[in-house]
Amino acid sequence: AFFWLLALLAASLLWSVWVQLSGREDAALLPLGAAAAVLLQELCRFACFKMLKKADEGLATLSKDGRSPLSLRRTAYVSGLSFGIISGLFSITNTLADSAGPGTVGIHGDSPYFFITSAFLTMALVLLHTFWGIIFFDACERRRAGGLALVVGSHLLTSGLTFLNPWYEASLGPILILTLCTGLWAFSTAGGSFHNVLKCLSCQQEPEGRAVLYSALQVPPE
Amino acid sequence: MIAFMNNSDSEEEPCNERTSLMSAESPPVPSYQDGLPASEAGEAQAHRKRRAGSSRGPNNIAGGEMSGSGVPVRESILENEEEELTLKYGAKHVIMLFVPVTLCMIVVVATIKSVRFYTEKNGQLIYTPFSEDTPSVGQRLLNSVLNTIVMISVIIVMTVFLVLLYKYRCYKFIHGWLILSSLMLLFLFTYIYLGEVLKTYNVAMDYPTLFIVIWNFGAVGMICIHWKGPLQLQQAYLIMISALMALVFIKYLPEWSAWVILGAISIYDLMAVLCPKGPLRMLVETAQERNEPIFPALIYSSAMMWTVGMAKPDTAARGASQQTWDAAEDGREQLRSPSHAESQMSETRGPVPTRHVTSLEELEEEERGVKLGLGDFIFYSVLVGKAAATASGDWNTTLACFVAILIGLCLTLLLLAVFKKALPALPISITFGLIFYFSTDNLVRPFMDTLASHQLYI
Repeated sequence: AFFWLLALLAASLLWSVWVQLSGREDAALLPLGAAAAVLLQELCRFACFKMLKKADEGLATLSKDGRSPLSLRRTAYVSGLSFGIISGLFSITNTLADSAGPGTVGIHGDSPYFFITSAFLTMALVLLHTFWGIIFFDACERRRAGGLALVVGSHLLTSGLTFLNPWYEASLGPILILTLCTGLWAFSTAGGSFHNVLKCLSCQQEPEGRAVLYSALQVPPE
Repeated sequence: MIAFMNNSDSEEEPCNERTSLMSAESPPVPSYQDGLPASEAGEAQAHRKRRAGSSRGPNNIAGGEMSGSGVPVRESILENEEEELTLKYGAKHVIMLFVPVTLCMIVVVATIKSVRFYTEKNGQLIYTPFSEDTPSVGQRLLNSVLNTIVMISVIIVMTVFLVLLYKYRCYKFIHGWLILSSLMLLFLFTYIYLGEVLKTYNVAMDYPTLFIVIWNFGAVGMICIHWKGPLQLQQAYLIMISALMALVFIKYLPEWSAWVILGAISIYDLMAVLCPKGPLRMLVETAQERNEPIFPALIYSSAMMWTVGMAKPDTAARGASQQTWDAAEDGREQLRSPSHAESQMSETRGPVPTRHVTSLEELEEEERGVKLGLGDFIFYSVLVGKAAATASGDWNTTLACFVAILIGLCLTLLLLAVFKKALPALPISITFGLIFYFSTDNLVRPFMDTLASHQLYI
């Protein structure tokens, strides 16, 4: 979350400077500002990856059996989730606060579905950040530039789609489809597959039996 | 101040200042130095024992190892294990500190956003005598700096006063002072808070009910904080009184003064903990020389399974730190009543020293806890509350400050695990918080507002 905030800070700084330099033309600079924000976010995600990797190595050297207690996949998930949470919070908290107050949605001719679409977009964005985190970390770990490029590309695409916003069919629909696809891709990156899902759903009873055995075998050292 | 209680104690003053991190024990020093002769290790060990008197376990192990046949390998293994355990427990206790800090901030922000009373300007404390209603920016800045100077000097004076009281063994006076201030906090401020909340939601309450509620709340609070009680109840009370105190600060400190005071407090904290001269250090050293615990102090403990026992003499280190927290707390929390200026402690959050005292055996069982001074809670909440109150109704600033403070806390705890000595908890968090507040308010807010109004997402 901290890294995302740093990215946001840098992007806002850039945007403010641009606005000042170009003399108060807010709307025209927004696509550039948004693109810069996206790129900076991905950069900070990379920085986050580097830092977590270093921490991981440090913990691995400290631990008894040379393995770090953190699994990279889990940290990827957590990092993506936290990016998503802070991004979602920043996107929606002000809107939520305003929605509790007096006012009528769409009174000036805007869409009356502002709040509900905001909610869905935020949800999609949170999920997307989580998935991108997993894919990104995996791609960085295996040094595959394709994964990286796809993550950055899809982030830019998502952000660009939101520019079409009152035309919700064109923005919300594709974004939700993109979320689904990215989710499936992240799932397969994290090692899941159709078989895994089936196995997980069908072997609900097994672990309990094994658990009993396991605990019976393991005598606590005290 | 954060106390990281490992099974070893620190060479330096464990905790000087209420806003410093205290490492009640640190890993045994001999294990870090390969070539130490056994006698030195033994001496250092004895010295540590005398100072803190607890956690014999690892010291013994280390001493045993040292006096063996020069076994640097075993030392390093021990050191590694110590470090690993430190880090593992450290991570757990970081999380355990996040929860109360977050809760305190949530209470403060919720109150600020809903109860108008705490954002109305209704006068100032006598400790910030200069008004900020001046027309020119320069004059306002000057007034806020002067306010800060007055406030910090009040704190220093009160600290020195407390140190002198402690040095001349006026224990009863200090006890009375603490109890008086916690009384005031638990009864008076709660009454005001409850009154304002009821006013905001337009709920009627009759005086008998009010009396019963406040009486029960306050009495249970006094018992929990100064004597014995369930750990979670004590933690809850400490969080509540920190939040109350932070709300009072937010209300009565003028805007620019509040920011300058926050900055100055963190610098003062940094200097008071890390510089060799200071009333708090003297306090701690005096306490350690006398080998006695100090008073119920203002510290939040996240430790699990602390047994409730009597205060033992061998917890001088922790007690001393607690005392220093009192001192700073006293100075800092002086409030409006000029008549009680000297004898009043505005609020005590006196967690029972018994709570943090464990016997030697328990410590050998690797009970580790982290302690954070309540002053830290208060100033974190003041920062976030001020952000919520004055950032033009923007939630993004509040969120950004919240994240910044938590990250600062995390970093500070990391440094504590690395350095294993008393560290101030305020500077890093407050610095991050201030940076994020000003930058988010001025730079990020227009950007996000423009994006949100067009429903653009980045």
